[in-house]
Amino acid sequence: MTTRKTEIGGYPSPAEWARDLNRRTVLKGGVALAGLSAIGVSCGSDAATEFTGSIGDAGGALTIGSNASDPAPQAGLAAVVASFPNEDVEVTINTLDHNTYQENINAILQAGEDDVLAWFAGFRNKFFADQGLLGDISDVWDQVDGLGAGFLAASTATDGKQYFMPTSYYTWAVNYSKSLFAEKGYSEPSNVDELLGLADDMASDGITPFVFANDGQWPIMGTFDILNMRINGYDFHIDLMGGKHEWTDERVRNVFTTWESLLPYHQTGANGRTWQEGAAALETGECGMYLLGTFAASASEALAADMDFFNFPEIDPAIGAGALDAPIDGFQMIAEPKNAAAAKELLLHMSTAAAQDAYLSEDPSVVASNSGANTSVYNDLQKKSAALAGSATGISQFLDRDTIPDFAGECGNMFAEFIEDPSKVDGLLADLEEKKVAIFADYS
Amino acid sequence: MSLDESVTATDHDVTTPVTPREGEEGRRSHSLLTGSDRRTLTLMTAVPSFLHIALVWIPAIGTFILSFTNWNGVRWSSLKWVGFRNYEQLFTVFEKDLYESLFNNLWVMVALFAIGTPMGMLIAYILDRNLKGSAIYQSIFYTPVVLSLAVVGFIWRSVMYSPGQGILNSVLGRTDPGNQIDWLGNPDFLIPITSEYGLSKNFMALIAAMIWVHVGYVMVLYLAGLKSVDPNLREAAAIDGANEWQVFRQVIFPAMRPVNIVIMVITVITSLRVFDIIDVLNNPIGTDVLSILVTDNILGESGNVGRGSAYGVMLLLVCFAFAIIYLRNAFGEEDQ
Repeated sequence: MTTRKTEIGGYPSPAEWARDLNRRTVLKGGVALAGLSAIGVSCGSDAATEFTGSIGDAGGALTIGSNASDPAPQAGLAAVVASFPNEDVEVTINTLDHNTYQENINAILQAGEDDVLAWFAGFRNKFFADQGLLGDISDVWDQVDGLGAGFLAASTATDGKQYFMPTSYYTWAVNYSKSLFAEKGYSEPSNVDELLGLADDMASDGITPFVFANDGQWPIMGTFDILNMRINGYDFHIDLMGGKHEWTDERVRNVFTTWESLLPYHQTGANGRTWQEGAAALETGECGMYLLGTFAASASEALAADMDFFNFPEIDPAIGAGALDAPIDGFQMIAEPKNAAAAKELLLHMSTAAAQDAYLSEDPSVVASNSGANTSVYNDLQKKSAALAGSATGISQFLDRDTIPDFAGECGNMFAEFIEDPSKVDGLLADLEEKKVAIFADYS
Repeated sequence: MSLDESVTATDHDVTTPVTPREGEEGRRSHSLLTGSDRRTLTLMTAVPSFLHIALVWIPAIGTFILSFTNWNGVRWSSLKWVGFRNYEQLFTVFEKDLYESLFNNLWVMVALFAIGTPMGMLIAYILDRNLKGSAIYQSIFYTPVVLSLAVVGFIWRSVMYSPGQGILNSVLGRTDPGNQIDWLGNPDFLIPITSEYGLSKNFMALIAAMIWVHVGYVMVLYLAGLKSVDPNLREAAAIDGANEWQVFRQVIFPAMRPVNIVIMVITVITSLRVFDIIDVLNNPIGTDVLSILVTDNILGESGNVGRGSAYGVMLLLVCFAFAIIYLRNAFGEEDQ
């Protein structure tokens, strides 16, 4: 079949996809033309598995493995399946607890019970595709309409083929309570000095400026991501995640110096606090700001109604504030599905605006990947998320999706130890660099 | 049953006037095993041996072999032999994780021996005095053993240790922002050994949860043992003028020797394989133990079977050390 070249070598970085959201051009048209000419050359080689793109040919049973164990995403996926126009396919959704699912994904992929699996774009998808655990859905992508080149890049593995169907994303930003800002007369900062000024104001008002919660050792990865992207830029961040820079590099050290200077503005005792408890501190007004994904709003309805956010402001004017974390969620097909025809039809359906509208009607905490989705039903947070991602100059997937999972765990450990005792930073970084070398060697 | 029967049969034979010659006895008792006896015995030894080899030895040897590889656990073709590299890395790159885990396993053992096990024995001893409502107390203390891990995790994370809303901070009046005790997150040392290793505060908080479960377990075992101690022993000691402690120390405790050994072994095993409570409380920093390192490496998205197996071999070696100590004692006493 056709292979598409991604802009970034072997690493399918989603760097460029956000721009296409803005342009709202359907690049796939051009790509499909190129694809057609390629098919003309290699005609007939894949006739048995040829996917025509018309939904309704397949039949039989199909199983989706899902980590959507929370009520809203679960209802959302059910709505997507209900909107699947092919009634000959009997779709079963196999839902597991979120964490259990993620910890057992390797076993689930090899068990072959579920044809289609919920997963994450970028490195974590590529990682399985490279091991031959996933089914090639490039032919489905040939029929996709309304997904930009960035999404394409985030769905493409080392071999240049697509193994992922992105359905939605959300953004990471500084969340705050609208009522608190109105009451105290705070305004959104546009650079780091204003941010620090705002934090000082909050502190003098008896409010802890930043929520800090790190139970599970992943939430504050977001803080590192954003500081690194603001101080060293997007490309450096992605290369660092890809193991191409040393953690003992002075540029990385600078990030921790800045982070240390910001720590007094944060809650103490972060390592034992869950993000839900952190969201509660934002809701009660105990804290003023919270750098977290927009899913923070899902902690309570009251917070969802009162929450707003701003993009983390620029630190270095030469670098600006164009990059941010915006993880993409979606679905992938296992290498040997029991019902490939139905799986591909469903994946194609999932890429459509209609399916994503159905999903968002149940779970309004994320934004649709298809540019044709109905944005008029978006709430303020969704509109702002879409606009923020649309204007971004670089999108990363979040630390634990941008690098080898083992190494992400080591980073999480290191950050957790750093915030307990910042004076140990040099030793911790040297240690992390050693582990990076060992872990990356294992997967090379 | 069949063995018992054969014994009685031999006894009966001995009473007959014909005295068997020496050397004949072995052959005679051997011939007393019928065909069905033999089949039963063969089955009774073969099935457990097979299961033991299949479920214990093959995985253990497999772990040992895999510890010399770099493998992601997916396809055999991606397996690479790397010699002692994994071990070398355990003692260089990952030495902090390894030593921290060894220390933590040791702390659990010390805490269970010093606090958990004696407390369970004490509660059992008190409940054995037929207190009013003894059954209710037993149920209460045993509950933690029965509860599902998800519930245990919820109880300790959200009900007990939550910094803002937990019982402990509420009782201590430490719920104000900036004044909260971070029970599960604070890796500062309670008992430092070196500047890098020691018993951290948050690990002590996890140990408290482990003790909570262990006490109930030991209590039930010990209570069952106490029920089998002849009450006359206690009375006789009391008549001789022994006080409560002396009765326990000199009479009950020695009489309970088999149960004591079981409890000792269980305590050692528990502290070496401790995993569940740490895992449900999200494995905060500084709380790795060997079993956590094994699963972290082998399970998960990016399986690193080689390194995980090397940690597994470490755990196996520690277990061997204790098994050897135990067997030496057991056989040593038999020899005397």
